[in-house]
Amino acid sequence: MKNLLTTTALIAALALPQLAIADGHSDLDPDAQYGGNITITYKDDVATLDPAIGYDWQNWSMIKSLYDGLMDYTPGTTDLRPGLAESYEISEDGMIFTFKLREGVLFHNGREMTAEDVKYSLDRVTNPVTQSPGAGFFGSIAGYDAVSAGEVEGLSGVTVVDPYTVEITLSRPDATFLHVMGLNFASVVAKEAVDEAGADFGKTAMGTGAFRLGEWTIGQRLVFEKNADYWREGLPYLDSVTFEVGQEPIVALLRLQNGEVDVPGDGIPPAKFMEVMGDPDQAAQVIEGGQLHTGYITLNVNIPPFDNVDVRRAVNMAINKERITQVINGRAVPATQPLPPSMPGYTEDYAGYAYDVDAAKALLADAGFADGFETELFVMNTDPNPRIAQAIQQDLSQIGITASIQSLAQASVIAAGGEADQAPMIWSGGMAWIADFPDASNFYGPILGCDGAVQGGWNWSWYCNADIDAMAIEADSMTDPDMVDARLQMWSDIYMAVMEDAPWVPVFNEQRYTMKSERMGGADALYVDPVSIPVNYDYVFVTDVQ
Amino acid sequence: MTVADVPPLAAPVEEGVWVRLRRRKLAMFGLILIAATLLGAIFAPYLTQFNPDEQMFDGLSITGAPMEPGGEFILGTDLLGRDLLTRILYGARTSLIIGLVANGVALLIGTFVGVTAGYFGGILGGVLMRLTDLMMAFPALLLAICLAAIFQPSLWIVAMVIATVNWVQTARVLYAETASLSQREFIAAERTLGAGHTRILFRHILPHLVPTIIVWGTLGISTTVLLEATLSYLGVGVQPPTPSWGNIIFENQTYFQAAPWLVFFPGLAIVALALAFNLVGDALRDILDPTQRGRT
Amino acid sequence: MLAYIARRLIMSALILLGVSFITFALLYLLPADPVRQIAGRSATPETVANIRAQLGLDQSFIVQYARYLGNLLQGDLGRSYLQKTEVETLIASRLPASLLLMAGAIVCELVLGLTMGVVAALRRGTGTDNTLMVVSFVGVSAPQFVVGLLMLYVFAVQLRWFPIGGYGTFAHFVLPAMTLGIMGSGWYSRMMRSSMIDVLRQDFIRTARAKGLGRARIMFRHALPNAILPIIAMIGIDVGIFMGGIVVVESVFGWPGIGQLAWQAIQRVDIPIIMGVTLVSACAIVIGNLVADIASLLADPRIKIR
Repeated sequence: MKNLLTTTALIAALALPQLAIADGHSDLDPDAQYGGNITITYKDDVATLDPAIGYDWQNWSMIKSLYDGLMDYTPGTTDLRPGLAESYEISEDGMIFTFKLREGVLFHNGREMTAEDVKYSLDRVTNPVTQSPGAGFFGSIAGYDAVSAGEVEGLSGVTVVDPYTVEITLSRPDATFLHVMGLNFASVVAKEAVDEAGADFGKTAMGTGAFRLGEWTIGQRLVFEKNADYWREGLPYLDSVTFEVGQEPIVALLRLQNGEVDVPGDGIPPAKFMEVMGDPDQAAQVIEGGQLHTGYITLNVNIPPFDNVDVRRAVNMAINKERITQVINGRAVPATQPLPPSMPGYTEDYAGYAYDVDAAKALLADAGFADGFETELFVMNTDPNPRIAQAIQQDLSQIGITASIQSLAQASVIAAGGEADQAPMIWSGGMAWIADFPDASNFYGPILGCDGAVQGGWNWSWYCNADIDAMAIEADSMTDPDMVDARLQMWSDIYMAVMEDAPWVPVFNEQRYTMKSERMGGADALYVDPVSIPVNYDYVFVTDVQ
Repeated sequence: MTVADVPPLAAPVEEGVWVRLRRRKLAMFGLILIAATLLGAIFAPYLTQFNPDEQMFDGLSITGAPMEPGGEFILGTDLLGRDLLTRILYGARTSLIIGLVANGVALLIGTFVGVTAGYFGGILGGVLMRLTDLMMAFPALLLAICLAAIFQPSLWIVAMVIATVNWVQTARVLYAETASLSQREFIAAERTLGAGHTRILFRHILPHLVPTIIVWGTLGISTTVLLEATLSYLGVGVQPPTPSWGNIIFENQTYFQAAPWLVFFPGLAIVALALAFNLVGDALRDILDPTQRGRT
Repeated sequence: MLAYIARRLIMSALILLGVSFITFALLYLLPADPVRQIAGRSATPETVANIRAQLGLDQSFIVQYARYLGNLLQGDLGRSYLQKTEVETLIASRLPASLLLMAGAIVCELVLGLTMGVVAALRRGTGTDNTLMVVSFVGVSAPQFVVGLLMLYVFAVQLRWFPIGGYGTFAHFVLPAMTLGIMGSGWYSRMMRSSMIDVLRQDFIRTARAKGLGRARIMFRHALPNAILPIIAMIGIDVGIFMGGIVVVESVFGWPGIGQLAWQAIQRVDIPIIMGVTLVSACAIVIGNLVADIASLLADPRIKIR
């Protein structure tokens, strides 16, 4: 497995001096050819292209190609680099960020982007009227609370110093702030386009990205066209990208084999996986990479007997993760802890709770449950999750736990998890956590922190440990670049402490497999881009341009 | 024919039905299929050595693929390594139970609504029939999916949901028959003699409806079996690991190109059972009420 | 007749009102919370509360229903929670595909069903008759997802005569239309058979034969038209059955119609879309029934208008 991020690389990136200068030229590929079109297929309709709203894995990378934000990532990696901001300065106390914008960046309608647009975009995404699911990420900006409560319309912490300078003041130190500025939610949009389209803005696009929206036939196709005035010189390589929707994954794969499709966006269907990997020609077109993903079982600490830590540890030891990985054809790596291996802060040599049925039974007996007990396991009802749930159920029965499976629609499982006393166990499949940005803190807050253990929250194990919460806050206050190592160590300690309490059973980390047609070129890492999922459209090219 | 000549249910009628049924080859074929399914369902534990829930390690190949039919697993295994034949046999229980229960409840509701509306007429009848029209306007499958999403699906919930969308046809047919029966003179005569509604309903009206009820009851099982299979196929019916022919296909359908037996065998079972009830029901309809031959 | 139609139309409007109320109530009772879906997983409680207030989902059932009804009467079906697009737009963009599928299914039903029925009637009592009837029974007993998956496997995957699902050309259209139509063709073939048999027994046919008219002429000018009438009436009823069938068939074949839309919406609890599709379907069913009843009235004036 390719490790796309090493801890040292991240340290190197963040250890840049406080003044960071962008250089967009060094990452051009000398082998790239200009021109051509690629076709990507998806099964579902694209919900929206509004960067303030789009939050599914389908439109995430599309939005990245249509819009830009202040910060960006080096393609194929999790390293931050300046985006629309040419450079930035951070004050001594880490609370004031001053971004110097590039000059001459044009929106797709020809107008130049200025600091006013940055402020407009940030105000818009935090405004409750926009209904943005990502508004909460900007909670550390001063004035956020007032805006969120609907009292004022603009963030007091974001000020336009001059047309090319934006100053953002935080209300508390936030080590993840630059990552937040690289999120889609922080993309810069053009006010006049939003005003004109109104509520239908999501069906249009007006950004500064490498592509512009050419055509959108609902239910059938979208076409992105090259932005000839893109501010990163030499990009993009392709003339256009066509997205066809309503295609079943199996059909998409067959069309790829026929040469009609370049990348099946939904991935290789499980049924064909073994066949494809078993054929050397086809396997050569498949790129494997890690994802910032963990699949886990949550144990609700509010519902007995899961309030007993020994019971939770026993469950951890009872799950045969190898077999579950086999159920999904080996497309994952068994997990030992909440963080995925490619996330900085991952504790390398931690063995976790090894699979040991006898030890589990003994521990359960010590806890007073020698005869086992009955409980319920909630799961989302789309394949392969009911199958995984059944495998888990069988494992539990080996140590005397009788779990009845509640297989429900995704929204129903989410609702049950958000209630304090409804779901004793939940298999996270289909709803499992994928990092919003490549930082260890992203795996804590909403799903393991006290803030998430509220009605309607995503901390389905209702785990709330005030000490660990305090450690998390402290870790995220370490904004000084010298403290990067210490911060990562602290996060590692946090997750180790969480595993002591065992509110979760981490089961596996799914690998990403992207299959591409032979005519597509570019570094492999671009096809399993951890940030621009699945493919970084700005940097790929085709090799058969006439 | 006088009032006293209205025949109650008596042996001669049944004997005639059975004899005539025996002569129809298709219907007998249907009965044999039903009997086979029933026996398979009842004696399932003795017919196979496996457990329907047992996920066996050697039920999957090293790469995690299901095993083909033949050898130890007569019909192959499914994606969790469970023997398919075993699951199909136990799945027969699910289909039969839900088919019979759902259909029985639907029949009860339909009979109650139809007979009440047809006999009493008037406002009550009007309201009940409008209610029936309302139910008919719902796209049945969508309604069933919504209902199943509201209540966490268990075997009984699924049966109730199916019953809820299935009573309409019976109600309409029985309404028409009851209405026309109620207007016959002998009913009026009985009323004049002082007979109460209950007596009239049970002694004079319902017996005439029995053939229709039998026919619709039998045909209805076919509909409920199909509806249960469809709901389970969509993932909102009977939940695994409880085997149902529909949810076996649901779980394994993404593999149907690599492992078509996982779709073919349960599919065959569904068609066979529905066909059996259709054949028997249709024959019964021909025998019991020749004026309705072939009409829906 | 006009009075009858008027009465039925009013009744239909009331029925649709009832459908809207019951569906709204059912969706209101769903334990899943649509606001959570919209707000996403990283939303703070304030964001969630804001969104809920904006969508009016924090108000009582009656208030919400009244608002929905008010909008509905003005022709506004609302906006999808998750796509923010107007429901009308979504349905309008997908309805043609479903209508096309249903039209194809009707053609398939009629062609297959009527042919089988006529042939079986003419060869009544022979092996051909029995075989055709068994085939019809099997058609009626096969659930559409089984038929669809089998047809996909045999004709598209193995034989490669047709593309494997999708939309665009006639070739894409054949398999899903046939899948949707097979069940109906089973019904129609049996109905047509018995209808033909009845008609062929009648006096006016014997008269025609006695007059020495050719068999074909008797068939096409006298027998068929009379036999078909009850069938035509049934087509209206079919609409109701199709409305359920398209959910499954569109899912199996990846056909971009409203069945697929409804299924996706149910998965994600996108209530405005579910309401919209249910109402559109109910409308279609009600109209279909009305047409069917009028057709049977016209066909057989002996049926009293109740």
